Amino acid sequence: MRVLYLALRRLAASLPTLFVVLAGLFLLLQLAPGDTVDALVAQMGGGDAVMIEELRRFYGLDVSVPVQLGRYVWRLLQLDLGYSAIYGKPVSTVILERLPATLLLMGSALSFAFAGGMALGVVAARKVNRWPDTLISTLGLIFYATPSFWFGLMGIVIFAVNLGWLPAGGLEEIGAGHSGLRRLVDIGWHLLLPTLTLALIFLATYLRIMRASMLEVLNLDFVRTARAKGLSPGRVVRRHVMRNALLPMVTLVGLQAGTMLGGSIVVESVFALPGLGRLAYESVVQRDLNTLLGIVFVSALLVIAVNFIVDLLYARLDPRIVT
Amino acid sequence: METLGRLAKSPAAIVGLLLLLVVVAMAFAAPFLYPKDPLSLAGRPLQWPFANPRFWLGTDTTGRDIAAQIFHGARVSLLIGVIATALSISIGIALGALAGYYGGLVDDVLMRITEAFQTLPNFLLLLVLVAVFGSDIKTVTIAIGLVSWPASARLTRAEFLSLRSREFVQASRTLGMRDVQIIFREILPNALPPVIVYASVIMATAILLESALAFLNLSDPNVPSWGNLIGTGRSVLRTQWYVSAIPGVVILLTVLAVSLVGQGLNDALNPRLKRR
Repeated sequence: MRVLYLALRRLAASLPTLFVVLAGLFLLLQLAPGDTVDALVAQMGGGDAVMIEELRRFYGLDVSVPVQLGRYVWRLLQLDLGYSAIYGKPVSTVILERLPATLLLMGSALSFAFAGGMALGVVAARKVNRWPDTLISTLGLIFYATPSFWFGLMGIVIFAVNLGWLPAGGLEEIGAGHSGLRRLVDIGWHLLLPTLTLALIFLATYLRIMRASMLEVLNLDFVRTARAKGLSPGRVVRRHVMRNALLPMVTLVGLQAGTMLGGSIVVESVFALPGLGRLAYESVVQRDLNTLLGIVFVSALLVIAVNFIVDLLYARLDPRIVT
Repeated sequence: METLGRLAKSPAAIVGLLLLLVVVAMAFAAPFLYPKDPLSLAGRPLQWPFANPRFWLGTDTTGRDIAAQIFHGARVSLLIGVIATALSISIGIALGALAGYYGGLVDDVLMRITEAFQTLPNFLLLLVLVAVFGSDIKTVTIAIGLVSWPASARLTRAEFLSLRSREFVQASRTLGMRDVQIIFREILPNALPPVIVYASVIMATAILLESALAFLNLSDPNVPSWGNLIGTGRSVLRTQWYVSAIPGVVILLTVLAVSLVGQGLNDALNPRLKRR
């Protein structure tokens, strides 16, 4: 219960942050030349002054900036993200349609990067300064330096175009009419390459952190004790070292949740995935202010939610935090 | 000097330094080797590398010389990397120093703002900035600097927190030095090394951010950029994959060079860590 209380307090502390985010972005977008109505009128190929005036009133753009901000925050408190003029439906509907693909991509990339980074980090730390360590560390550096969109494109060239093993894009086979398990397999198949692409840079970071924190923990007294009492090296690593070495990794997941969301903007547009990231890109291009603000709001919520879960997990891994 | 000596002993750092020197040399040589506008039509489009001795890296979809774009792109990437890094480090140091030195309300307010920036995905924020202020090369550079300062602010703040109550700071205060003097002349030089090392991470990220932005066609289209070239090659990916492949390798090597140098610097500044 105490864990939950602590995590909830952290959650409450992030509310002012959320407000800073919203106010800052709203003011920033006020500086943008042209608004939703300008974009709409340009799309319709022009319109007369009366109609433009009418549209401004309809979208609530005819009042002063502080009033607009006040209205916006008030509506957000009621979880009303406004209306997207470009898509012709409420922003929350548009975002909810796109959210599952992004969550799926982020979830699978995160799991892959975490598991892979942990495994490689452990191997590198146990063979420190020998060839497996050198190989893994070098690979990590290269992964870290690879632009993800480029890796994705090259993956498409090799696995989709030349070998024909994997699909080049999309979330599922459209029109195949799969259902149930068959559909799941199909989606998994489509997400394989995007997951790898998004996970690569995080895999590199995780393995580096895991290696460093393993090395640090391996030098501590309790590890020597565990060895001295005759535990096998594998057991020492699994039961004593890894559990402690995992803490910085878990912290990193929370810190990088935002970065991963940013990365999925690019990955989704490489693989034509109908997710939140591509929606963000499209709404920038189409100057859809409401949708863009909505996405920013939802991403901030998502990052805060991930950090909430990380706090809970952290307390579970390290009981010292609670007491 | 000692630091440089240690730097020279690490093979990884030397590889990184050499790679970086090559990229810098490319940037400086670009106007002499390829005096023509790299974005102008040079020959028949989509010639493979080595097929025509005039274009040893081939031509892209609109018949522009890829080698020329790579060389001129080095200028753009390095310039964006250096300026954006300098900007973000300056913001980070200024805010981190203020928050760490004064604490209290100043710290609270500045840290809330830092957290706000950290909560937002920085690429999303970059998209918003570019959408609002346009995608002119100067705007893009400043925008990249503006989205990447939070980590260096936190780093500086942490250093200041641990340094501000040390004896030498107390002594300076007793001597009657002003806050500005204590911050910049006494504490900052001691707080700087980890921030400098972190600058290499920011620079690597800045180059990657710009290339991703250019790839999405949201950066300055009138500037030869590696990311732009990858985006161009996307339409012919199935057949002429080299158009996208070549600039990607160059980005990879450049970012790798910057990270290797940063890591070498880190090891040289913290020799205790390296020995373990």
